Amino acid sequence: MRYLVRRLEFFVVTLWAALTLNFILPRLLPGGPEVALLTRFHGRIQPATIKSLEVALGIRNDQNAIQQYLSYMGNMLRGDFGVSLGFYPQRVSHVIMLALPWTLGLVGTATLIAFLLGTLIGILGAWRRGGILDSVLPPIFVVTSAFPYFWIGLICILVFAITLGWFPQAFGNSSEVTSELSWTFISDVLWHSILPAFTIVLTSIGGWILTMRNNMITTLAEDYIKMARAKGLSPTRIMFQYAARNAILPNLVGFAMSLGFVISGALLVEIVFNYPGLGTFLLQAVKNEDFSLMQTLFLLITVAVLLAVMVADFLTAWLDPRTRERG
Amino acid sequence: MISVKPLLEVEDLTVEYATDAGPVRAVDHVSLDLTPGEFVGIVGESGCGKSTLLFAIARLLSPSCDVVGGSVRLHGRDLLGMDEEALREIRWRDYSVVMQSAMNALNPVLTVGAQLEDTIAAHESMPARSAQERSASLLRLVGIDPLHLKSYPHQLSGGMRQRAMIAMALIFTPDLVIMDEPTSALDVVAQRSLMLEIKELQRQIGFAALFVTHDMSLVSHFSDRLAVMYAGQIVELGDTRELFRDPKHPYTSALMASFPSITGPKEVLQGIPGSPPDLLHPPAGCRFHPRCPLVEPRFRIEEPPLTTVGNTLVRCHRYGRDH
Repeated sequence: MRYLVRRLEFFVVTLWAALTLNFILPRLLPGGPEVALLTRFHGRIQPATIKSLEVALGIRNDQNAIQQYLSYMGNMLRGDFGVSLGFYPQRVSHVIMLALPWTLGLVGTATLIAFLLGTLIGILGAWRRGGILDSVLPPIFVVTSAFPYFWIGLICILVFAITLGWFPQAFGNSSEVTSELSWTFISDVLWHSILPAFTIVLTSIGGWILTMRNNMITTLAEDYIKMARAKGLSPTRIMFQYAARNAILPNLVGFAMSLGFVISGALLVEIVFNYPGLGTFLLQAVKNEDFSLMQTLFLLITVAVLLAVMVADFLTAWLDPRTRERG
Repeated sequence: MISVKPLLEVEDLTVEYATDAGPVRAVDHVSLDLTPGEFVGIVGESGCGKSTLLFAIARLLSPSCDVVGGSVRLHGRDLLGMDEEALREIRWRDYSVVMQSAMNALNPVLTVGAQLEDTIAAHESMPARSAQERSASLLRLVGIDPLHLKSYPHQLSGGMRQRAMIAMALIFTPDLVIMDEPTSALDVVAQRSLMLEIKELQRQIGFAALFVTHDMSLVSHFSDRLAVMYAGQIVELGDTRELFRDPKHPYTSALMASFPSITGPKEVLQGIPGSPPDLLHPPAGCRFHPRCPLVEPRFRIEEPPLTTVGNTLVRCHRYGRDH
């Protein structure tokens, strides 16, 4: 319990630091959103218009830094991220809610599949070291993981979408299917997600296989494995409860980190497949100098990573009794 | 003694490690019998092959290591020829193992109770409730509060962990308990009390023990017979008292001179000069000759056979036929 409270404290402090940095960084940049708009209109804009823009965008240059900081923190805690400059007059939270489910669904699921599948292959490979599975799968997936994923994505589109025509080339769903909770819509979304998900799994699974396999091999040499064999336990119990459960511990934090980065989307995969997720929106935000959206997305990524690390800590505490007391 | 049917028969057991430089013979034609209820100690320096011998008998060798000759019989059944499935049946029921460091031999992520109960479940189908009761009574047997069934290994002291492992080894009251330096991770006081406890348990339950240690003084009061190993071979095997009273092999004498006697006069401890031989290229002739104070030129060339001297077996030229 003490351990959990400590992890929670750590989370709160880092979150505060991230929020504060997020406040300071854009203010270190010269100019501001209104200046950016001004240059976009090549200065052909009335000072009065700038004033009204400032009001509309919530830019309060009359406040000092402390006042700005306090109202910023208040807004952040209330979940008020302001108005998107690129999708004006949409609110940033609205824009993000449009994209978030797509990214979570696609990248989240794909990351989870890659981790679970990679871990399982790593376990089985190490268990029968030098066996057929061990000499075929790890090398293949390590090679595929070495390719850049946008390249794999493009090849997938070329082969499976254009040449064979099995899967759609782009987007999250077909335009003729209405967004509703029906089987047609769900299967359409799944159908669209297969190629990008496959791309993500193919390019990230190698790392999981390698690390899990290595951890497993180290663990299998431990005395408690020998002891488990001596006790006459069943091979499956030795493999999972004695070996894998110990071997997976170092991988949990890495997995949590990668889950955290799900929010930033597999940026290039989403762009290659024109997927309506956060990655695509982040690119849009950068193109449009949409500071409020960018800032919120970066904040979201930070929070997601922090949350994921905290969850990993809890998970580790649950799986490894030794960490519970270390605190 | 001779009329009793042996429980464990090890015959000409030879074990080799595969290394890049070639095979290393860690156990070289070792023969050893154990009668029911007997306590046999195996002593020798680190790297003499004593642990490898144990693990070969228990069929727990690492993959890089293989039995290349000889046989091991328990209750007359050939252990080495058994497949894993058949072996799993008799593992722990007929013979159990106590390892050197309980810290490493207990799974750090499972409670002591869970590790006792999974062993029970692997061999007997009984309701969880009775498995728990059985585990609790086992802990009580070795003097640990059953409360610790819910403890994880790292929450116990070194001595408690070792006793928990001994409790585990006694789940099915096996006929043979194989112990690989079970006390070497403990301090001297804890060692002594654990040895007394093992001996008392042995008296109560009646298991035979094969006990490996590098500390000769430790087994002196506890073992019935003692085997001294050097460079993968047994160099002396005999009754413990006899062996201590009249060590025949120069290596045995040297080992005995290297630990202090509590009651005797103060003497300067003598180490054994030189270092254990490289098993990849064992010395020709008698393997102990480079370190032996009694070496003669012939000993460097001819390998001495195991010779019977009274009740003792000795591998030394000085007891050979022509001496």
